[in-house]
Amino acid sequence: MSGAVAEGVFVEAGEGLQLIAGRRKTDGEMRFPMPRGPEAALYDAVELGGEGRLWSFTVQRFRPKTPPYIGDNDEKSFKPFAVGYVEFPGQVIVEGRIQIDDFSKLRIGQPMCVGPEPFATSTRGEVTTYAFRPAS
Amino acid sequence: MTQVHIVGAGIHPFGRHPDKSGLDQGVHAVREALADAGLDWPDIQFAFGGSSAAGAADAALPRLGLTGVQFINISNGCATGGSSLLSGYWAIKSGEFDLGVVLGFDKHPRGAFNADPEAAGLPLWYGETGMMLTTQFFAMKIRRYMDLFGISETSLGRVAVKAFENGAVTPHAWRREPVDLETVLSSQMLSDPLTKFMFCSPAEGGVALILASDSKMRELGIAGPSVRGAAVRTRPRGSFEVFAPSLDVERGVSATQLASRAAYEMAGVGPGDIDVAQIQDTESGAEIMHMAENGFCADGDQEQWLADGASRLSGKLPINTDGGCLACGEPIGASGLRQVYENVQQLRGRAEGRQVAGARLAYSQVYGAPGLSAVAILGA
Repeated sequence: MSGAVAEGVFVEAGEGLQLIAGRRKTDGEMRFPMPRGPEAALYDAVELGGEGRLWSFTVQRFRPKTPPYIGDNDEKSFKPFAVGYVEFPGQVIVEGRIQIDDFSKLRIGQPMCVGPEPFATSTRGEVTTYAFRPAS
Repeated sequence: MTQVHIVGAGIHPFGRHPDKSGLDQGVHAVREALADAGLDWPDIQFAFGGSSAAGAADAALPRLGLTGVQFINISNGCATGGSSLLSGYWAIKSGEFDLGVVLGFDKHPRGAFNADPEAAGLPLWYGETGMMLTTQFFAMKIRRYMDLFGISETSLGRVAVKAFENGAVTPHAWRREPVDLETVLSSQMLSDPLTKFMFCSPAEGGVALILASDSKMRELGIAGPSVRGAAVRTRPRGSFEVFAPSLDVERGVSATQLASRAAYEMAGVGPGDIDVAQIQDTESGAEIMHMAENGFCADGDQEQWLADGASRLSGKLPINTDGGCLACGEPIGASGLRQVYENVQQLRGRAEGRQVAGARLAYSQVYGAPGLSAVAILGA
């Protein structure tokens, strides 16, 4: 059994998941994640579409500092991971980790979908976040 | 109307100084600036200063003298120095003061800057999942820009080569050795498409500038470049900034474009009038994008500019003449003031080994997290 890295960032939907953004009630401005705390009252929660397009990307080649990073691996066993922004048409552009083996295959504009990625282990078990991957 | 002049400038060389604190380097810079202007600390009526990681700037007071001077600490990310300058500018412009100092210093540990999500108003998971790195932002901003406007990896390399070429002839620079294009391009990839030699490193250093009104300057019988325009602007909606979990699908302009336009308007000049420019080059890509955001060329023209060497010391618009952040490193509190220090040297004809002949109008722009930009235009 795995746990989400945080509450209210995404909901599981079949084998994939859906990201939860917020739409500001006054002007429709969308942001991700859905704001929490007192700000939440100003927004309506909106589930983002399942597919978007890659807007930009990079590869994280060195292990991010801890804190705040909680991912598995120490400096030596660290495996680079891709990160990027995906544009959900008419909604919002969202940043996330990207699951892909061959980084050279990433292209701006390619269709991407979103799913769960267990990326760390805590005392309570696996920690899952959302991640993008090329849509097949 | 009151004009603001920079009548003294001091710097502690950038780099790593294990035997000195950040404060030591800041105090060094203030004493050098005072000596440059022929003034003593008790002459100073106000001070604005900041450091990001080396403590409160007003800790310099017991060393400089407990004169009761108005001293305000500034904290504004990478634009701390630019913000101190702007504060000093308005203090004199308002007519309340006519002689003061702005200072910045810093000392950071090695490696990427540590980032605290909650201090930036972001959820903790953003950092926990490995996305809170300034390096990723810079890489993704230039990746998209390269795709949209046809900028090559060779151009990224050329920016770094130029930086080290200029650093080699600059006494206050940290990296004093030229590095060839092949070495830059083949060095360790840190965040694609940016390699190790394309990124600046956190560093140490201190800078101080003495500001005076035109009437005070004449009364004291001293001289220095005037501040023709100065502006700080924050991120507008639709801009692409560091530490952004999401972006608007409707794209807009950047904080740099806003600050740039405001400063040009104040100065009554345009980008074509500028003789020498210092623009934020946290990494090679930032310099390329900032060339366009500050109005010096159209998006995509950088490819030709860099192939022609147009931003080298011998080019039509020399950019980052002291090697910028790439060759000097980035002590956050001091970095923006280093740009202005370099412009003061250029306008006074004191930039030995890197002097831009006949420079009359000099431009500086510093960009900082979480999305603000400070621009200053100086006239000889």
